[in-house]
Amino acid sequence: MSAFVVTAVILGLAALGYHLGRGRARGLVSNGSGTARLHSLPGYHGGYVALWCALPAFGLLALWLALEPAALRYQTLSTLGDQVDGLAPERVELLYNDIRNLAAGTATSRAPDAGLKAAADSHARLEALLPWALLVVASLLAVAGLLYGRRRLTPAFRARNAVERSLRWILIASSTIAVLTTIGIVLSLLFEALRFFDKVPLAEFLFGLEWSPQTALRADQVGSSGSFGAVPIFAGTALISLIAMLVAVPVGLFSAIYLAEYAKRRVRDVVKPVLEILAGIPTVVYGFFAALTVAPQVRGFGEAVGLDVSSESALVAGVVMGIMIIPFVSSLSDDVITAVPRSLREGSYGLGATQSETIRQVVLPAALPGIVGSILLAVSRAIGETMIVVMAAGLAANLTANPFQAVTTVTVQIVTLLIGDQEFDSPKTLAAFALGLVLFAITLVLNIVALVIVRKYREEYD
Amino acid sequence: MSLPDDTTPPEAANMIVARDVDVHYDDKQALFGVSLDVVGGNVTALIGPSGCGKSTFLRCLNRMNDVIEGCRVSGRIEIEGEDIYDRSLDVVQLRARVGMVFQKPNPFPKSIYDNIAYGPRIHGLAASRGELDEIVERSLVRAGLWDEAKDRLRQPGTSLSGGQQQRLCIARAIAVDPQVVLMDEPCSALDPIATARIEELIDELRQNYTILIVTHSMQQAARVSQRTAFFHLGYLVEVGTTEQIFTNPHDSRTQDYITGRFG
Ligand SMILES: Nc1ncnc2c1ncn2[C@@H]1O[C@H](COP(=O)(O)OP(=O)(O)O)[C@@H](O)[C@H]1O
Ligand SMILES: [Mg+2]
Repeated sequence: MSAFVVTAVILGLAALGYHLGRGRARGLVSNGSGTARLHSLPGYHGGYVALWCALPAFGLLALWLALEPAALRYQTLSTLGDQVDGLAPERVELLYNDIRNLAAGTATSRAPDAGLKAAADSHARLEALLPWALLVVASLLAVAGLLYGRRRLTPAFRARNAVERSLRWILIASSTIAVLTTIGIVLSLLFEALRFFDKVPLAEFLFGLEWSPQTALRADQVGSSGSFGAVPIFAGTALISLIAMLVAVPVGLFSAIYLAEYAKRRVRDVVKPVLEILAGIPTVVYGFFAALTVAPQVRGFGEAVGLDVSSESALVAGVVMGIMIIPFVSSLSDDVITAVPRSLREGSYGLGATQSETIRQVVLPAALPGIVGSILLAVSRAIGETMIVVMAAGLAANLTANPFQAVTTVTVQIVTLLIGDQEFDSPKTLAAFALGLVLFAITLVLNIVALVIVRKYREEYD
Repeated sequence: MSLPDDTTPPEAANMIVARDVDVHYDDKQALFGVSLDVVGGNVTALIGPSGCGKSTFLRCLNRMNDVIEGCRVSGRIEIEGEDIYDRSLDVVQLRARVGMVFQKPNPFPKSIYDNIAYGPRIHGLAASRGELDEIVERSLVRAGLWDEAKDRLRQPGTSLSGGQQQRLCIARAIAVDPQVVLMDEPCSALDPIATARIEELIDELRQNYTILIVTHSMQQAARVSQRTAFFHLGYLVEVGTTEQIFTNPHDSRTQDYITGRFG
């Protein structure tokens, strides 16, 4: 809330700075010697002042927000004096939590004594004061920046170049944030996974055939073996993805060929958006479509022909997931097929080839790398898909190739591992990170391969 | 094949007869009542300012306009006396008889060998691998590409230079043994040396094929063709021997065009 207000104030001051800078730049040439000419347009002078006004203030804001919690904690704990010295870190944490709860007026884990009350009071006071301090300091900095920037304006001043340079830095900063966040996520995945591999050997995880992540909470508990062999769940993922691709690749590819080669313009203008709407349906909708509509049908059909189909089956999840992926395959393939130069088709027609001969022997070979790329992207979507399998495929980690049985997938297991009241550092919880890491590695490789193929294909026709 | 000594080849026989050809792209009319006779065993050049309908006319002759949505052709076009817009005519067969070479070289993303073998394969012209090899070699020899390509038949067609690619496309077209070869500005993407090479080739090919060539270069028309047709704004203005068109045009628009007053 306070950050929001401060941001608004800084932006307001920056707007003011823009006006002042522009006005001053105009004034520099109109009131004076006549020979003076501005190096840059007045707008650039305004932009320069606005940047000087906003950038340092925003920098301060970011720094402040990063440091505030730690500073608050340090200040509060220091009011308790030597009471905290020699306490174990968890104890200090608990104490600090109590102080904060007391300050906020919610329940605490112990009866508050006087020292605690005093600390809570000082905490509350500080917490109320800090936003104001931030507002004042940030505004002062913004005003100072504004004045400094404005003072530097002269007719010869190269405001245009200065703005150009700082824009570049702003862009670099944004992309750095994006990259760092990604790296951060991957690293946290990696470290938690390493903690998991401290408790469970890597080989067992990768090659073990039994997945049963319920660990015993108490030593005498039965039925909780806690084995972490991930093979069944990766096999389940592979099975469901395979079924999905068996549905999505032919249907998607053929509809792409129809749209790109056979459909009249008017049909194409209707069908293509409709297919793309299919891609916009939330996966949870596909999920209950699978569980409530498709699964009973498949089961009924299975019973009719004397097959034993469990109510949650790999088949249902795979088929519905395949339907979900059709638009990806068809839309990407349609793009690559349409990108095959018209001249190639005409060359083939000109030799007396029929349309389907042309498609099979000229268009598809030319588009093949792009099509393979689009299929790989679709596979990585299938592997990462969660909602449908949660609802339709089940939780049982069966190691089976029978599509009528229930299987489970990596994503489903991650979900089930993390909902529950396990301690955070139990193998069960940490296993989710290990699964996530492997999943990430697989989709990363698939994406890289797909992108390389697609890029190679692009080069050929430019 | 040799002709009996006492007969002269029927030089004057009209290979292609077009009468009152109109072409519309959706609502826009691109050709207006074009009537043109093309003499067999000859090179006929189609010249005129760009957008005047040269390509459109050329593409009527192998019904390539069929693949353009919204394009309608009316009138009558006969090749060797057969109406090519007749309902019973097989377009695929027609295109095998009337080959086409395009403005930009467009080799398929296949090997040089497979580019040439493409047509013979789909039409079943070769009974054995040996025959196919023969067709490929003969076509490359005729297109003057054999010496450059014989050691790299397995390499992709796109690995050739632009001029070589265009000769590959010519070889590909003649591999199905057509009667007529249509060329739409075949040299416009090539440098002068490659152009000269193609022009020589066209002159040789006229022994065996009837050739129509669209060109925007009047020098090229004068160099390679025996007959020239001048198009303007969708009308066929004038047709005659190349010599007559270039030295003594009857129509003032032709005169203006060949003297460079417009276009
Ligand atoms: N595919 C098409 N769709 C619509 N109009 C076209 C198409 N192709 C050609 N035209 C039009 O038909 C006219 C003749 O074109 P074209 O035959 O390509 O001329 P040229 O080959 O003599 O330069 C031009 O006005 C052009 O805009
Ligand atoms: Mg043209």
